[in-house]
Order: sequence, then C-alpha cells, then structure tokens
Amino acid sequence: MAAIETHELAREFEGGIKAVDGVDLEVAEGEIYGFLGPNGAGKTTTVRMLTTLLQPTGGRATVAGHDVEHEPGEVRRRIGVALQEAALDPLMTGRELLELQATLHGISRREGREKGQSLLDRVGLTLAADRRVGTYSGGMRRRLDLASALIHAPEVLFLDEPTTGLDPVSRKAIWEEVRKLNDEGTTVFLTTQYLEEADQLADRVGIISGGRLVAEGTPGALKADVGRPHLELSLVEGAGKEKRAEQVLARFGRPLPARDGTLMVELERGSAEIGPIVVALDQEGFAVESLDLVQPTLDDVFVHKTGQHLEGAERAGDAEPPVEELPGE
Amino acid sequence: MIETLAANARVVAALGRRSVMQTLRRPQLAAPLIIFPTALLAIQTAGAGRAVSLPGFPPVANFLSFMLAGAMVQSLLMTGNSGAIAFAIDMEMGFTDRLYATPISRASVVLGRLAATAMLGAMIAVYFISLGLIFGAKIHEGVPAVLWIIFLTSASALAFGSIVAALALRTNSASVVQGIFPLIFVVLFVSDAFFPANLMLEPASWVAHYNPLSFIVNGIRQPIIDGWSLETQLKALAAILGFGILGFTLCAAAMRGRVRRGL
Repeated sequence: MAAIETHELAREFEGGIKAVDGVDLEVAEGEIYGFLGPNGAGKTTTVRMLTTLLQPTGGRATVAGHDVEHEPGEVRRRIGVALQEAALDPLMTGRELLELQATLHGISRREGREKGQSLLDRVGLTLAADRRVGTYSGGMRRRLDLASALIHAPEVLFLDEPTTGLDPVSRKAIWEEVRKLNDEGTTVFLTTQYLEEADQLADRVGIISGGRLVAEGTPGALKADVGRPHLELSLVEGAGKEKRAEQVLARFGRPLPARDGTLMVELERGSAEIGPIVVALDQEGFAVESLDLVQPTLDDVFVHKTGQHLEGAERAGDAEPPVEELPGE
Repeated sequence: MIETLAANARVVAALGRRSVMQTLRRPQLAAPLIIFPTALLAIQTAGAGRAVSLPGFPPVANFLSFMLAGAMVQSLLMTGNSGAIAFAIDMEMGFTDRLYATPISRASVVLGRLAATAMLGAMIAVYFISLGLIFGAKIHEGVPAVLWIIFLTSASALAFGSIVAALALRTNSASVVQGIFPLIFVVLFVSDAFFPANLMLEPASWVAHYNPLSFIVNGIRQPIIDGWSLETQLKALAAILGFGILGFTLCAAAMRGRVRRGL
C-alpha cells in the first residue's frame, strides 16, 4: 500500500485560481519524498490538502490508506504535520506545547508527559523545555515543531519547508533528525525550495510548477535525464597542447569547449571513466594537475522542465511546463 | 458515546486552559479585563457617588454597590473581545492549523476558546466582588448571590464571546475584532450599566430599557443591592440565551464559510 496516493488532485480558489491542477503522486511507505518547487508553485496547497486542512476541488487523495476528504479523522490520527513558519504559540513553553499536542491526540496526561520529555531530549531542547517559545531561536522552534509532530508516532510525516530561514547548522540538525525518523520507518513528505535539501534527503523528488507536477524520479535519474556529468580538468604545462589533449579526451566522450585553460568532456559512463582518462593522458605524456567531475543539478532539471530557475529569480523562457514521465519510473 | 464525550471534554478543557494562560500571559489582553473597568469604577464611584440621592435612584447601600454590576459587565464584554482577538491572532499565525491537523473537531477549537472566556468571566466576578467588599460594597443576598453572580458573569462572557468569536472566524483578522470594541462600549453606555435607565433622557432611556445588556446588568445587580426577583433573573437568562444562540449560530455559519473558502 502506498503511504500517499493522489489522482488528478486539484484545488481551485475563488476567482478561478488553480493552485494545484491535477497532481498524480504515489509515495511508498518508508520513503522520503521531496516536493520541490518555487514559491507559489502549489507545494503548500498540496500539503494542506493531504493533511486535511483544505478540501480538494478535484481528484482524490489517500494518506496512510484513508481518503483525505471522506475520512479526515482517520488521516489525522496517522499523520504528523510541521507546517511552514513553525506556527507555535510564543507564550507557551516547549513542554506545555508538547503536552497539549499529546492531549489533542488522545494520549493520557501521564503518557503525554513522558513522551513530551522523551521528545524534548531527542531534539535537544531539554534545557529550554520550560522556557516560553517566544525566547527560542528559529532552529529551536523548528525542532520543537518537529517534536510536536511526532508526539503520537505518526506513520506519515509532512514537513512543509522545515528549514526555510534557518542557518546551515540548524538546517543540518533538522536533516539528521529527518533521516533518523525515516530509518525508524516513518514516511516523510517534505516540501522544500532548496535544491540541496531535496538532493540530500529525498529518495525521490517531485517537481511542481504552476500547480502541475512537471517531473518525478530519483534525484540521480532526474539529473541524468537532463544531461550527463562532465569532467573538468587542467594539465601541468598544458598550454599550447590543448588540441592534442582534446583528441585523447574525445575517445571517452564529447569534448566541450575549453574555458580558461580548463578542458571539459561530457562522460558517457560518469565517474567510471575518470581512471581510464587519467591513464590515457599519462600515456600521451600529459600530467593532470586537477580534475573535477561536475554533475547536473536539480536546478538544471527545473530549468529543463519549466524554463525557469528554481528560485524564480531568473527566467529563461515562457514555455508552458510540459508534464513528462521519466524513463525508469 | 460517553467515552467520546469525555475525550472531547478533555480536549476542550486543555484548549481552554491554554487560552486562559494565553490571556494572562499577554498583558495587552489581560489588562483591559481588569485595569480599565477598575479605573472606570474608581473614577465613577469617587466622582458620581452622590447620584444615589437623586429622586428615582434605586435604593442602594452605596454607589459602589450599584456600580459593581456595570464594571463586571464591562469587563466580561472586554473578556469576550480579548478572547476573540486572541483567537484571531491564533488564526493569523497559523496556530489553529496546528490544532485542525489533529484528530479533533473544529468545533472543539472554538469551544475551547469559549470555555476560557467563561472561566475568565468567573474570575472577573470573583475579582470585582472581592474588590467591592474590600471598599465597602454590600451583597444584599450574601453567599448565594455571589455564586449566582459568578454563574451569570461566566455565562454572559461565554455568550457574548461566541458572537465576537464568530466575527474572528469570519474575518480572520485581530484588528477587525479589536475595531468593534468602541461600538460595544456605546451599546454598554446606553444600558443600565452605569446609570439607571429611568433617570436617563429619551431616547437613551427607551434604548436602555430594551437593551439586552440592561437585563444582564440588572440580573447581576439585583441580588447585590436589593433582593431576588424571578422576573429580573429570567430576563437576564433570556438575554444570555439569546446572545448565546445568536453567537453559536454565527460561529457555525462562519466555520462552514471557512471550510468553503479553504481556510
């Protein structure tokens, strides 16, 4: 059984604005699914529908085997939700918040206290447990938010941009915790606008743009779909010998135009060819000074699929986003 | 069935507790409940105390005894308003979404908020009765009157709070809820709260005579200054019930509207 399944899921708001326009998803149990897209792409609207906070206006969705529209209570019993911006009451203490959350999930007062303490320990907030949330840093709030989503040991955890605005250290701490939870068997549905986050955490990534899923697959497969990795290398005393070196490199793949004395070649078989290239260059009398295998990024995937960069700051074209199935899915 | 009711009651109590704490910990919410009505009570008692000698003024031990009910009603209206502002703040910052994502009904979230308003209403009654007794007010009907006043104040806060909570649900805006308070204050001034209706000029006297807030004020005031009257108490209960039915109906409609609008 899929942990999350949607079919033609859609949400249209007043005024005919289609925030989500026919999304098909299937997230397996125990998977970390990264839902990637720029602001306004439809990520949060999708999460709000999957967490029963918003009714779909089209299609259907099931979470943990229950229909979000017709069995919202059953869905809520099985999910944990950490929403964007960590909406926490600044006047409550961390401990009070967890105990309240436990009560809302029908956990007894005694058990709620114990679970709350255990989660505070887990996310490193033991010393701050009795301080008001208003005094917490952004990273502490996110960790508390995460802890509150875990109080009832959910089957599926929804994290809506869990690290937006956090410093790198706090971000890594959240990533570690997400990995641990996933290792324990929790399915994680993670929305993010950070490429690195999706790349680091997700088993599979879905890219949404304009309310439509434009690509889906493992980060590796998505990147492979838009281009092969290329090798950038510079040679010791290579000046004036580029032509001959390029002839050697051409045996392994398509040479790319050299840049500032750096030779580049697109590799057919990725990193497996680095060794043979170095040997071949050595046999022709070239000594390699440095080399770097450059992989396509998820931003390249996003540009390829939508004509826009992920951050939305740069626009490479106005093409309608095509909906494509990737090979091997 | 009983288990479900008990579970819901536990949720409402937990949310109510949290809302009471929220009010007490946020000075801008707590201060208007106590400081403003106390200040007005002190100023009016000190400045207009000789009003008790006016012909037609109800027989009363002192002006403070007369004014206590008005201060309580003023404070309970502010309690309802503060509660709705806090509710709107919860909605604005997304805290209610956190609650809605748990397996409780949306109605429990509203009921939790109103339970807190009722609890604060009871605390207000205790505060003003204590204050009155310290400064020389007399409670004509003694302890039973105190208990009855606590009940009326608490129920009135709940009923009035439901109307303002509906506004919070409808508008999703703390500033809109805050903005209606001057209107509430005007309605309070054209009631029996601070001056007997029979001594007002027309048309204020006529408005005050039929103002439902006057019924509640008189229900609270009568056992303090005079004695029990079934008719007065029934009028007070009817006014509270009317506010409550109106408020809960508006809340239900506002909640349906929120779901429809995707909030």
